[in-house]
This record gives sequence, structure tokens and C-alpha cells, in this order.
Amino acid sequence: MTTYFFSDAVVLTGRTLRHVTRSMDTIITTVITPIAMMLMFVYVFGGAIDTGPVSYVNYMLPGILLITIASGIAYTALRLFTDMNSGIFERFHSMPIARSGVLWAHVLTSLVANLLSLVVVVGVAVLMGFRSGAGVLAWLAVLGILLLFTLALTWIAVIAGLSAKTAEGGGAFSYPLIFLPFLSSAFVPTETMPGPVRWFAENQPVTSIVNTIRDLFAERPVGGDIWTALAWCVGILVVAYVFAMVTYRRKIS
Amino acid sequence: MPMEKTAIRVRGLEKSYGTLEVLRGVDFDVEPGSIFALLGSNGAGKTTVVKILSTLLKADAGTASVNDFDVATQAENVRESISLTGQFAAVDEILTGRENLVLVARLRHLEDPGAIADDLLRRFSLTDAATRRVSTYSGGMRRRLDIAMSLIGNSPVIFLDEPTAGLDPEARIEVWHTVKELAGDGTTVLLTTQYLDEAEQLADRIAILHEGRIIVNGTLAELKQLLPPANVEYVEKQPTLEEIFLAVIGTNTRKQG
Repeated sequence: MTTYFFSDAVVLTGRTLRHVTRSMDTIITTVITPIAMMLMFVYVFGGAIDTGPVSYVNYMLPGILLITIASGIAYTALRLFTDMNSGIFERFHSMPIARSGVLWAHVLTSLVANLLSLVVVVGVAVLMGFRSGAGVLAWLAVLGILLLFTLALTWIAVIAGLSAKTAEGGGAFSYPLIFLPFLSSAFVPTETMPGPVRWFAENQPVTSIVNTIRDLFAERPVGGDIWTALAWCVGILVVAYVFAMVTYRRKIS
Repeated sequence: MPMEKTAIRVRGLEKSYGTLEVLRGVDFDVEPGSIFALLGSNGAGKTTVVKILSTLLKADAGTASVNDFDVATQAENVRESISLTGQFAAVDEILTGRENLVLVARLRHLEDPGAIADDLLRRFSLTDAATRRVSTYSGGMRRRLDIAMSLIGNSPVIFLDEPTAGLDPEARIEVWHTVKELAGDGTTVLLTTQYLDEAEQLADRIAILHEGRIIVNGTLAELKQLLPPANVEYVEKQPTLEEIFLAVIGTNTRKQG
């Protein structure tokens, strides 16, 4: 049935995309926390944080974008969990279709839904004074890194959605991910942090991704950070994908 | 004896969940075009049998074939031969009724999914509700849509797992009509139920699944012979509550909702 894999995946993705477009509240709840944080950091804390010549909204936007993705994938897990428990998964799996298409539909939908959220957050940031002279290539690079990060986290969401016992449990895994940017260079320069915290901040995935996006926005050379960032994204992606597939096989056999 | 063609053949099926033995050697055959009822109380393993036959679950031991395809080794062929209506209405709540039908028709790679959907909406009296989201449907409407989705593609074998659980008497009779129509058209129907009257109404053959085994398997007439012959007694015939209910609401025709 692999001949139909793509057409089946397209049909199934159309279905899950409708779940997103018909419940735009999920996009709103996804973006509301990052936007509130952005307002708070820029207009309350930002004045007390020294980021050199860079405006604070420019400084913190990359971290806010990662928080947006981390909160967005909670809905990926929730949509998958709902499908698993409503019986529609069993209907699809008892039909002569490419079974993995059901899972890929959720993954593709996750990319689209998060992209929508990211566009909204960037729009608000522009209203708040975010400016970048970055060219098309730099923007494409930013987009590529954000999509890769979304894809990596989406497979983590797939594991959560497949193995959760309750809908709340399905989304809970995203809280630590939302918190991770606070222990990175996203909001304050890591040099101001005490030893062990600084060590953690400088060696966790978010910092390299944030630094890369920040450099791309500021039209600076990205240096070695981009390779560290890509290595983290691909590494998380591969590990999460393998575990998601193991979970999936166990679930459907 | 020559191999006769069977729609479903089950031999020595065993399945455990951990230490809980659900099926302990189940055997039965279903003839093409017949209605076969698997009768059993809650937890008897009826759903487990259906899941194994529809390739959703692997058996620990024994063999099962559907349309002469082995469920373990020829799962793809089995899936092309069957349609499953699970215990809980497997419909998409966020899509409309029509979109649900179009979705299944497209996944079965049929031509003109829209026309197939419209035809089924008419047959199942859902035309008026076609463009409403399924989340607004009543239980009976959901079940009708669920069964309509299972008819797309004219699968030769249909599994109905407790198709009338949770339905009101009217909706229940509608489902019975549909099942009889299906069998009349040559479709093989395996249905599970815990309602004795449902099996009595519909099934050509009835098998009782109890503690992981089929303890009785036969036609209604054969099952009746298992008991001593009936004594003739004169008893005033009281209407059943179901008859009263249907008489008072004055209809047993299909209605929206």
C-alpha cells in the first residue's frame, strides 16, 4: 500500500489541519503565554538587563520563539491522544491504508500549526519594536532552524501523545521544555549567572539555537553556534523519532 | 472433506493480557452472507476477538482467516476485505458528517467521494445534519454515521462491535434494519452483543463466548433444543415496556436525532 502513502498522508493531514483551523483557540492559547512574557520582559524587566547595544526586544525574541514552539507541541500531543482514544485510530488502522500516514499527518500538522503561532508572535514583536535588517537567506535560515526544532520537539510530543493515560498528562511534558529557555542565553547574558548554572546554560541546546537566531537577525556571522544548534536539533530529532516509533509499534500490535 | 469457502474461520485462538487469559482457544466459522452473533457478558473477550480479526491485535496462539486471508500473515488483504465499526463510534467530532464520509471514501481511493457521501447521508437520514459538526450529533446519529462510514467501499465482511450499546429503542431498531439489509445484499456480518434479543432478532447463528471459550454455537432453533421442550401454559400476554414505549411515541421510522 506504499503506493498510496503520499495521497493517504495528504488526505489525513487535511483532516488534522481542519482540527487546527476549526479550533483557532489552540493557536491563541499557544501564543498568549509567549506574548505575555514578551510584554513583561520588554516593559518590566528588560530595562534592568544589560544587553549592550542590542534593543531588548531584539535580544529576547529568539528565546520567545522557542517557548512558542514548546507550548505549541502540547497540542500536537493532545490531538494525537484524542485520536488514539476516540476509536478513529482503530478505524484507520483497520482500513487498507498506509498506517504510518496517520502519524505523519499529525507531525505535518504540528509543523503548520507552530508556523502559524510563530508568525503571530513575530508580528506582535514587530509591533513592539523588533527590527531586523536580515536578508532573505538569513530569514530562511531562521525558518529552517525553527522548523527543525519544531520537528524534533514534535516527535517528543508524539511519544507523550501515544503513551499518555489522560489528556492533561499528554500536555504536561511540555512544561519543562517551556522552562528551558530561562536557563539559557535567551533572556540574560550567561556571563551574569553563577558557575554551575552558567555551565548548564552554556551547554544546553537552547543557548546555541538562540545565539544562532540572534546572530542571523543581527546580520552577524553565526560562528560555530549554528553547528552546535543543528547537532542538538538533529540529535533530539533522531532519538525522539526512534523512541516514538518503538512506542507506536508497541501501541498498535 | 473438501475445503468449503468460509467468510471467517477461527481456530484455537488464544490471547492473554499479562496474566489475564481472555481467550483460551476459540473456534468458529462464519458462512458468507450470514449474520453471526457473538454473545457474551462484559469482559467475555468479544472485543478481543473482533480486534484480532480486524488486524488491530495479534493473537498469542491459534489461527484466524477472513475472506480466506490469514490475519497474521496477510493483514493487508484482510484490511481490504473488512470494515470495522468499533465499540465506540469512530467518527471525527470536529468534521461534519459529510466530511467524515468523504474522508473514508478518499482513503479507500474511490471515485467521486462527494456522491458516495451524499448517497449514504440520504440512506441514513442524515442529509439535514450533513454540514453540522459531528460533536452536535445525538448518540443515535453518531452511530448511524459510524455504520455509514463502514459501508463505504462495500467490504464483503463487516464487524460490528456492540452496535446498539447506548442507543434508544428507536435507534436500535434502525440499526437492526441496516444490518438485515446488509446481509440481504450478501455482506457477511459478525456482530457482538450482550443483548439476547438482539442476537435473537438478527443472527443466523449465535455463539456464546464464556470464560474464553465458545460454549454453544448454533442456530436459534438449535439453541432452543438445548433446553427441555416447552410446556404449554396459558399466560396473559402483557405488553413489554419496549412495545409500550414505541406505541406511545407512535413511530418506529427513522428520524433526525
